[in-house]
Amino acid sequence: MSVLLALVASGLVGCGLYMVLSRHVVRMVLGLSLLTTAVNLVLFLTGRVRSTQPPLIREGSERLGDSADPLPQALVLTAIVIGFALTVILAVLTLRAWRAQGTVRSDELRAARALGDPSTPEPGGDR
Amino acid sequence: MIADVLRDGLALWPVATPLAAAALATLLHRRPALQRAVMEAAVALTLVAAALLLAHAARGERLVMAFGGWGAPFGVTFVAERLGAALCTTAAAIAVAVAIFARADVRARRRRAGFDPLFLGMLASVNGAFLTGDLFNLYVWFELMLATALGLMTLDRRRAQIDGALRYAAMSMMGATFILVGIGLLYGAVGTLDMADLSRAIAGRAPSVTLTTAGYLLLAGLLLKSGVFPFFFWLPASYHTAPIGVAAALAGLLTKVAFYACLRVLVLVFGVGASAPAVSGMPPLLALLAALTMLVSVLAAIAQVDVRRVLAFHVMGQVAYLVMGLALASSLGTAAAIFYTMHTMLVQTGLFLGAGAIARAGGGYDLRAAGGLIREHPFFAALFATLALSISGVPPLSGFWAKALVIDAAVRARLPWSWWLIAIALVTGFLTLYSMSTLWTQAFWRPPKRRERRARPIPPAMVAAVALMAACTLGLGLAIEPAVRLSRAAARELAPEPPRQRRPPDVPPALPPARGAP
Repeated sequence: MSVLLALVASGLVGCGLYMVLSRHVVRMVLGLSLLTTAVNLVLFLTGRVRSTQPPLIREGSERLGDSADPLPQALVLTAIVIGFALTVILAVLTLRAWRAQGTVRSDELRAARALGDPSTPEPGGDR
Repeated sequence: MIADVLRDGLALWPVATPLAAAALATLLHRRPALQRAVMEAAVALTLVAAALLLAHAARGERLVMAFGGWGAPFGVTFVAERLGAALCTTAAAIAVAVAIFARADVRARRRRAGFDPLFLGMLASVNGAFLTGDLFNLYVWFELMLATALGLMTLDRRRAQIDGALRYAAMSMMGATFILVGIGLLYGAVGTLDMADLSRAIAGRAPSVTLTTAGYLLLAGLLLKSGVFPFFFWLPASYHTAPIGVAAALAGLLTKVAFYACLRVLVLVFGVGASAPAVSGMPPLLALLAALTMLVSVLAAIAQVDVRRVLAFHVMGQVAYLVMGLALASSLGTAAAIFYTMHTMLVQTGLFLGAGAIARAGGGYDLRAAGGLIREHPFFAALFATLALSISGVPPLSGFWAKALVIDAAVRARLPWSWWLIAIALVTGFLTLYSMSTLWTQAFWRPPKRRERRARPIPPAMVAAVALMAACTLGLGLAIEPAVRLSRAAARELAPEPPRQRRPPDVPPALPPARGAP
């Protein structure tokens, strides 16, 4: 089971990285959310995949028996929320970029690059 | 009774105050004046709380706040040591300067867009990152910082701002992914997330595949967020688009928080600089990246004509000196990096605020059209010159001492590549001086392009904010003795305790006698 999950995580990372490298911003956003999912899977795996018993230590015992470590599951929950929030922010920015500039290709979004670029003509124009 | 509660929770106040005020300011979003009052009061209170915390920490007291009474390995703790407390105080001082500047720069439109709650939220998350003792909690503060910074960056909703924020957000999320995988692997290998606990558990372990992978993933993510060479392009693509007061706060805070995390993770957790670090090969890599960042960023800064762009490239150039201190893998190098961090936070913020005032007086950020501001604004010209000389490393300002400490530590480290690194640091310092003096001459000294145009007045709030930062760098430069003592003590405090007992070296088990042997 662990090996299967690890393979799935690596597949997700591969797809995510491929999509992040795209010039199309929407594809990049989707790629980032795939990466986030893959990371969550890795976090989940660090708690080890074991039986479904609740993580309670038996009386008189000092070690957790056969159940999985519960802490990574709490971490995954937090990471999902944070990843979701940031993906939404990224999606909003993409939407605004689309509305303002009519394109979501990263090489055609030039507003930030053009601002204060040394090759633009001098303001005022008297030289 | 109440005094006891206040004292025990002191480590929490620099975070709780701005966070509570951010919530309050959100509720008051229809009342800009009240919102501003809440913001300013909260920033002032944060400074007081951080200064109190520093006073405690400087005496060597380690204030620990365990949430819900769950101690270190199980719960999340806030720990106020010298390093965190000193950087908290610096961050709060920056916030005061930005809040003063905002009186002139942030008008009702930007306040309605949420400047006050977002700024307070960013201050809270920065302080949270400085004070938390838990690695995963650090990641959470990072993401909160990113979310608030994106909101601040796009306050005016201009095209360029959306564009810059998009690039910044994408790169930062990528970095966060690396950091999170690193944290996950570390937890899987060691089973704790508390940084002090991690340090104890890792000390004395031989480098393993998991630890090395986790270490380098964390390093990649944190260096990305600090704006170091191969992944720095998000910084000059976004900082110049933000409203100038916001850019000043970002320049002073964000990359330095990432570097602080780097310092904590590498020195405390992985023991870089200890006799047997748990990951190998980091110092030469860091030195190479620092050298490349210095050269690339300062040469790029010289080619720019927009004040904000010049300064954005210098932000990275200065971060490279911090990385250089870390690369030396010695207590002195760490101490130099800590002092440099305090210095550069103050000076970068001051310079960006000064850029805002230059644009207000001269009508724009383009240096080709600027000039002649010294006739109307001699005092402001002197203030900006102080900051420009400080970043270039001229005595007696703090920048000189910061550079001197880093180079002194490099000389004493006696590493094979020390001299290369020192040479590059000195060349970069010289080029920084060239770049900053060109900037100052073009903006202030040379006659204006059109003689009939007179400089417009600069609002007193802007001058006051720049003056505060200039006074801080001068003060830090004059009070060098206690500042260096503090940063050396902070560096010693940060280094992991020597392992009580090393694990016996792995002796290969004796081969069992071959079956069927005579």
